Amino acid sequence: MNLSNGRGSMSTASSSASWKAGDVLDQFPAGLRVLVVDDDPTCLMILEKMLRTCLYMVTKCNRAEIALSLLRENKNGFDIVISDVHMPDMDGFKLLEYIGLEMDLPVIMMSADDGKSVVMKGVIHGACDYLIKPVRIEALKNIWQHVVRRRKNEWKEVEHSGSAEDGDRQQKPSEDADYSSSANEGSWRNSKKRKDEEDDTEEKDDASALKKPRVVWSVELHQQFVAAVNQLGIDKAVPKKILELMHVPGLTRENVASHLQKYRLYLRRLSGVQHQGNMSNSFINLSEASFGLSPLGGGIDFQTLAATGQLSTQSLATLQAAGLGRSSAKPGLPMPLGDQRNLFSFENQELRFGASQQQHMSSNKQMNLVQRIPATIEPKQLSNLQRTAQPLGGINLLVSDHGSQSSPNNSYLIQMTQPQSRGQILNENTGANGPRLPSSIGQPSISNGIAGGVLVRNGISEEGRGTGYNATVPQTSSMMNLQLNQTAQQLPGNSFSLGGNPAISSLSSKGEFQEEVSSDIKGSAGFMPSYDIFSDLRQHRSHDWELQNIGVTFDASQHSSSLQANFDMASVLASQGTSSGQRTRQVRNVSAVGKGMFSMGEGNGHANVQNLSQHLNTLPVENPIRVKAERVPDSNCQTSFFPEHFGQEDLMSALLKQQQEGIGPAENEFDFDGYPMDNIPV
Amino acid sequence: MERKNLQQQVTFMRKTLFDQGYLDEQFIQLEDLQDDANPNFVEDVVTSYYTDSTRLIQNIEKALTTKSIGFDKLDNYMHQFKGSSSSIGARKVTMACTVFREYCEAGNAEGCIRTFEQVKQQYAILRKKLQTYFQMVRQAEVA
Repeated sequence: MNLSNGRGSMSTASSSASWKAGDVLDQFPAGLRVLVVDDDPTCLMILEKMLRTCLYMVTKCNRAEIALSLLRENKNGFDIVISDVHMPDMDGFKLLEYIGLEMDLPVIMMSADDGKSVVMKGVIHGACDYLIKPVRIEALKNIWQHVVRRRKNEWKEVEHSGSAEDGDRQQKPSEDADYSSSANEGSWRNSKKRKDEEDDTEEKDDASALKKPRVVWSVELHQQFVAAVNQLGIDKAVPKKILELMHVPGLTRENVASHLQKYRLYLRRLSGVQHQGNMSNSFINLSEASFGLSPLGGGIDFQTLAATGQLSTQSLATLQAAGLGRSSAKPGLPMPLGDQRNLFSFENQELRFGASQQQHMSSNKQMNLVQRIPATIEPKQLSNLQRTAQPLGGINLLVSDHGSQSSPNNSYLIQMTQPQSRGQILNENTGANGPRLPSSIGQPSISNGIAGGVLVRNGISEEGRGTGYNATVPQTSSMMNLQLNQTAQQLPGNSFSLGGNPAISSLSSKGEFQEEVSSDIKGSAGFMPSYDIFSDLRQHRSHDWELQNIGVTFDASQHSSSLQANFDMASVLASQGTSSGQRTRQVRNVSAVGKGMFSMGEGNGHANVQNLSQHLNTLPVENPIRVKAERVPDSNCQTSFFPEHFGQEDLMSALLKQQQEGIGPAENEFDFDGYPMDNIPV
Repeated sequence: MERKNLQQQVTFMRKTLFDQGYLDEQFIQLEDLQDDANPNFVEDVVTSYYTDSTRLIQNIEKALTTKSIGFDKLDNYMHQFKGSSSSIGARKVTMACTVFREYCEAGNAEGCIRTFEQVKQQYAILRKKLQTYFQMVRQAEVA
């Protein structure tokens, strides 16, 4: 290590270190930029000195707010944050969440408290380590490992996405020639980085090898991404092309690659969750769903989700991509219906907050949102979720809040999948008028049977985007009861405080289950930063949620079991758009995935649907596909359609196609008296 | 000679502080941090500790004398105080804080008050000893 910096003489520059590439390697971990936050001045003094002794560059502050603003001003100015748990102005865990969400930096918690529960809390909230006070210098000497680990994971993603996409684009030394400063890069960095773009070199030049410019995948950015991916086709979407399509200055191929990777994982997860029925993308009207839909259990294949246990941003992204862009944004991205599998996958069992998250933390910047789901959610919800037979993956609901019309209950559970393996149950509260899924439906089970998991992705970006994300709602028999068990589920206070997005915040306020929806939508662009937005199922949200990108995955096999918790999201979503009485739901970009429909359990399903429809308020839909939303079968629920905003013809046709394929069987069952799919105006 | 003597006294006193359990290993950590760039680091830290703990003690005192004791708040203060004390290696003080917190958790006001007296006592003793110690250290340096 280069000991040229004398002990204690290091400056505490918080600006990005101007590392020379060579220096970085030689000196690492010296020069690690640490931000330490503690209200105790004595401890702060000691820590600062210790860190300086370790040759780190230290910035200290005694208030969480100050720390946050420092971090925000200078997003790439720090490598790691150390924070105390007990602080007067803000709880350390809250700070931890913010940092994870916004900056995706590794955060180490410390406290004099060594109680197991507190430590657990730290883990759950995503702390990458927990130190017990009094802190010894030995403990600090190794904190650099957290930074490296995270970077490594990020690199890996880039790598994977690269290889995944462009099969032939392995790490090629020849590509290094493109890098202006490749020679200076750390070897590990070199081998992993592939830069095609010129601007990449800028990244390399500044900052240390440790520092990677963080791209914040805002809603808009993600939508652009999804649009690009959809345009290219999920299988053909390669970072380079996506980047070209996106026309975002400053965005590097790498950023896109890693985002794509996450998105793909997300999609895969979604699809993977549904083992059972094959998730074929079929467009199923919500109305259909309401009729005799086979329980989700059968259909949705949540394998991916289950497997990964995480609804990664990728899946979300995929869902999104598959789904629709927000009304504001994108042209409806056709969901790669073929690829889409269950959009919803709930993994009840896998709600693992925190722990698993850690690993993926790095992979998913935005996913951090998800990770932050407070632990509180877990136990209860998990159990709730588990009630449903099928593990439901995270469902990403993108709901765009259209404002006024919706009736209060916006109970969409927006779940941003997290990359971490967390089974999240997304409680989808379809908001508009809260089609409330009766508790019986309950649990946040986005049962597999939900045809085409309704993906409502609520991208909650740190920027607080709030409205509407492309919701890819697999339009299954609309029973995506996203609304998991409103009553039962209580997702305790959702952790996200999304800035500015009223919808989201409302959603997040209630802890919802997040279900990870893993969909097969791979790589669709539109990796939405996954935020876990728990919408309070039971809450009445007055948002109009537009479901965009609703991918409905149906499980052809019908299960007699009722769809529990089904994602009545689809219905909910659908119903959003309808005014009372009118059951026309405009389905936006509904990609029906999955086959068949599941019968929403006789009692439950229908009831649910019904509730959903009630709740769903008119959602403004942009390109409404008028589907006759309600079909209320004698007993039941009306499937509420998700108002879907079809941005694109492609999507529509894709959907139609799917629909035709998938609906064939479904139709029989559903007795769909709505419009034949063909007639759905695009 | 004088210097050597003084240094010996310093060493002896230091050893006593450790042997008698007033200070623990954490104090050594602080000493290790001291270097030429920060020659008075340990003393600076301890001084900062005094300032901070005076405030906390006052707060606890106030909280204990109110009619209805808010145990949560009390616990909070004491948690902070304990944290500070432990970070400078004030062993006996820290131990007394732990006992206090137990009473606090149990909602035992009387126990809290009693224990707090002990906390204050230990704090006063340590403070005095450390003042003597640092004085000696400074004398030995200039000698």
